[in-house]
Amino acid sequence: MNKMEIEIAGVHFKNPVMTASGTFGSGMEYGEFVDLNKLGAVVTKGVANVPWQGNETPRVAETYGGMLNAIGLQNPGIDVFLKRDLPFLKQFDTRVIVNVCGKSVQDYLEVVEKLSDAPVDMLEINISCPNVKEGAIAFGQKAESVYDITKQIKDKAKQPVIMKLSPNVTDITEMARAAEAAGADALSMINTITGMKIDIERKKFALANKTGGLSGPAIKPVAVRMVYQCANAVKIPIIGMGGIAGAEDAIEFMMAGATAVAAGAMNFVNPYLTEEMISGMERFLEKHGIDDIREIIGCVK
Amino acid sequence: MKKKCAGNVISMQEPAPDIFDMWVETELAKEAGAGQFVGVFPMGESTLLPRPISICEVDKEKKAIRLVFRVAGKGTGEFSHYKPGRRVMLLGVLGNGYPLSPATGKKILLLGGGIGIPPILQLAKQLRENEINAEITIAVGYRNSDLFLKEDLEQYGKVLVATEDGSIGTKGNVLDAVRENSVEAQIIYACGPLMMLKAIKQYAEEKEILAYISLEERMACGVGACLGCVCKTTKKDAHSHVNNARICTDGPVFEAKEVDI
Repeated sequence: MNKMEIEIAGVHFKNPVMTASGTFGSGMEYGEFVDLNKLGAVVTKGVANVPWQGNETPRVAETYGGMLNAIGLQNPGIDVFLKRDLPFLKQFDTRVIVNVCGKSVQDYLEVVEKLSDAPVDMLEINISCPNVKEGAIAFGQKAESVYDITKQIKDKAKQPVIMKLSPNVTDITEMARAAEAAGADALSMINTITGMKIDIERKKFALANKTGGLSGPAIKPVAVRMVYQCANAVKIPIIGMGGIAGAEDAIEFMMAGATAVAAGAMNFVNPYLTEEMISGMERFLEKHGIDDIREIIGCVK
Repeated sequence: MKKKCAGNVISMQEPAPDIFDMWVETELAKEAGAGQFVGVFPMGESTLLPRPISICEVDKEKKAIRLVFRVAGKGTGEFSHYKPGRRVMLLGVLGNGYPLSPATGKKILLLGGGIGIPPILQLAKQLRENEINAEITIAVGYRNSDLFLKEDLEQYGKVLVATEDGSIGTKGNVLDAVRENSVEAQIIYACGPLMMLKAIKQYAEEKEILAYISLEERMACGVGACLGCVCKTTKKDAHSHVNNARICTDGPVFEAKEVDI
């Protein structure tokens, strides 16, 4: 195995660097900046059974060291995804992880079924988006419902299943344990933290949705803590994310217990980020005489 | 090809209160055109996202672009303190820009309101380059007598001024100036506040004139990935498959009748 290779649920990745769902489209836009062949995986924007219009604007607002978003999972639907976005991604030598969203369990299952014969490496199930009124986070805030939806998806899914967890819960390890007990193959965390910003000059909310999901460097310590807690609570691998801005942050997440990492909002600040993370992590291994990046996973106890 | 790259501030002026006029030497100049924009990254610790700023003028020989912006917050506040020689980080060139060919042989009306005036300058320049005898009328609207870019615009066409307080030119908005001067147009290009663009859309529909308007919205990525800056469209958008188009990549310029504003 190459120094940077990792494995999750039997799927090999050339390196642990992925993209966080919703920040990278389906790869096309950032393909102008980075060589998608170099990435461990591209994780797509959430895809539903039918096209979703998303929320009203403003949908984004900058905050101290981060940003709020309330896009509302606008997406063109699974049929367009399969016809247009997936063939685009398949031109590249990278793993494809499709993020699946829905308003009802039935919606999720419909997408999962349509993906069953598709050349997709893993599914990431979004039970943590805070910006839609139905579905998504509604399935991710109680251990019983995490268990229930995970089980139903696992029964249908042909690919390994990653459950994407929300930090907006009292104890994220309960959700992690429920997902593991229901058969999830991996976890990804964290989705955004629900926040709010008020424009004091206009006496209005900065976002049309009033609340939005906070991402960016401001949330990194929360994410590292949650990855650490869950890595010590479950045996399945974790894909860590939340404010990663460079190789050092990625290493930190891995030392906390993540098997892989994803760059999210900081792609907007540095469109070359994913490639720079890979080279930076390689340099770190070199500098510290580490032959296998898997040695650092959870090395800080 | 879009890129993030460094530029150098060549000059900085304040032609009107809170309005700044900055020339930046950058390799992006060679691909920049009317109606496109760049993302300018503030360097402050608390700020992250690029600020979308329209391209006011392009000098391909000097490899420079001119950015005229209003101080609206932390990011633009930081930029306003930049001095010549200062390094600036840019993302670009972004957006589709104004289509020029539909204007060939037509009476052209350019409308700019407030901080929507800057992109009108490069547009007027390119339209004049394309057609030396083109009939170009430019109506620009300001809050008060603190004008900017008026003389620059006069190189390329007849300029009408409207001010909200009536201190110079027509009292009111750009369409009031157009009506007062009985301007006849066969094509309209516009940039300005949403209320102005709504009025122009309606005006163009009534008169059955082709109109292109440039929209703005809060943006994050600037490259079409995050879906933060959408506008409603009258038909299903070819990319999104819903009635939403991305202002940063499918726009910022849209044919007025294609958007639901």
